Amino acid sequence: MSLIEVRAPGLLTTVQDSGREGFGPMGVSPSGAADPVALRIGNRLVGNPEGAAGLEMTLLGGMFVFPERAEIALMGADFSATLDDHSVEMWSSLEVRPGQTLRTGPTRAGARCYLCVRGGIDVKLFLGSASTHLLSGLGGFEGRALRKGDVLRIGTATGSFRTFRKRRVAAKAIAQLQPRKVLRVTAGPQADWFSEEARKIFYTETYRVSEESNRMGLRLQGPAITSAAGGEMLSEGVCLGAVQIPSSGLPIILFVEQQTTGGYPKIANVISADFSSLGQLRPRDEVRFELVEIETARALLAEQEKLLASKELILE
Amino acid sequence: MRYTSAAMGASASRAVRFQVASDQALIVYFDPTATTSEAKAPPLQNQITMESHERVRRLLRLLELEPIAGMRNLHPAYCSLLIKFYPLKLRHSELEEILYGYIARMEKAALPEPRLVEIPVCYGGEYGPDLKDVAELHELSQDTAIELHSSTDYIVYFLGFAPGFAYLGELPEALVTPRLATPRRSVPAGSVGIAGSQTGVYPIATPGGWRLLGRTPLKMFQPDRSEMSLLSIGDRVRFVPISRERFSKLQLENA
Repeated sequence: MSLIEVRAPGLLTTVQDSGREGFGPMGVSPSGAADPVALRIGNRLVGNPEGAAGLEMTLLGGMFVFPERAEIALMGADFSATLDDHSVEMWSSLEVRPGQTLRTGPTRAGARCYLCVRGGIDVKLFLGSASTHLLSGLGGFEGRALRKGDVLRIGTATGSFRTFRKRRVAAKAIAQLQPRKVLRVTAGPQADWFSEEARKIFYTETYRVSEESNRMGLRLQGPAITSAAGGEMLSEGVCLGAVQIPSSGLPIILFVEQQTTGGYPKIANVISADFSSLGQLRPRDEVRFELVEIETARALLAEQEKLLASKELILE
Repeated sequence: MRYTSAAMGASASRAVRFQVASDQALIVYFDPTATTSEAKAPPLQNQITMESHERVRRLLRLLELEPIAGMRNLHPAYCSLLIKFYPLKLRHSELEEILYGYIARMEKAALPEPRLVEIPVCYGGEYGPDLKDVAELHELSQDTAIELHSSTDYIVYFLGFAPGFAYLGELPEALVTPRLATPRRSVPAGSVGIAGSQTGVYPIATPGGWRLLGRTPLKMFQPDRSEMSLLSIGDRVRFVPISRERFSKLQLENA
């Protein structure tokens, strides 16, 4: 059985896969990778199913030793990784020889770097998913972020043994998948509770991601928005990317470890095609919002899926 | 983007309203204000009718029994149900069409008999650090406050916030209290709190702003139990006061 030894965990490193949908009636949040596109493509580079579990590193990466041969890919934000002092190419698969050490450092741009490994990270599934939910301490590796000294198991790769063949994502595709600083949103379910003036503020001003942000929610700083409701309403179901306006008037974007219900009016909702961009926002990053129609949001998602399905995405 | 429609021959008071929540979610409202599309003010806590809530449960039940292709998740609440779906497999308008059919026949869907779940609670002291303040605020003795909290049958409106966290109502009028001005950084698992006209039990240690009256030794959410969550939507709940000794004994048994 292949292992990964955690010599340094980094700032916040968790096991994540495509999340656990379908347990809203129990109050269980989907969780999952904050940049789902990076994880999906990374898994394909190393020959895994798209939703396999990898490591999600945040802002500052860790140091990992591979006692056995392994095949890995680093995706998403560039954390200046090296393998035994040789720099590692992002968005590309790579063979690790027994005993080699992977070091990842601070981010150069973006918030999250994914370490995908052939066979996936093998942890006990909770409700069908390997994803860590930090708030409730469920899923992932013992329900928590990795610590120094943890030893992770690598799963058994599907398919027959094969010799290593380097695969990389086409430069054009990488460029198309760069995180956006203007997030596209559709109107939220309570959009019309906000005055025209309040909406104008939201769509023209620049907001800054607060240090208080985490996987539950991205808190924004900037001009306050007031709602007719005064910031509270009867709780209702909420979903990823919802932009809540609490009584302070400062927006909170519900993130992957979101609560399943919430009692603040929602002015907007980030579109599915921009979830990955949301996952790459760092504290102090600036962000703006652009309103689009539902049909546009669907077309943009279809375009993204088309790119992911295209033969030109991965080069061998 | 806001529709008002009397669902298939139902009377106006039973109207349902669909609302786009995101490019992959639709909310179904069964709220009493659904007939007035002009309503720009939010429905308030006291407008929850049992009828609306029962309709949420019926639709949830029917969708769980007969899932719609492309549906991903369901988030029930007081008088609404959020439905999450794959946007490239289903459009909002198509989903609405299908839901009309479900809503038209959901009255015939049998709801499970509500279970009555008794939750033992050790009130006051270190387990219920806010009991004294809540009693004083309402000019009650602590015993009367306990008596009021534990002599009501509550309904589980929905689970949310955290795995297994049940929103229970309605709290007796004499106990209705706002949240703490400053939430606690950590509320121990099992804590029984009140907020507004709601009460609930924290299944896990989390930050929280509800006023804590006591603590239960029961595990509200346990991943390795066949029924992970002790409570489900629609259950009835009664709190049973227990002594500190009994709490310790039950805690050992449940460990």
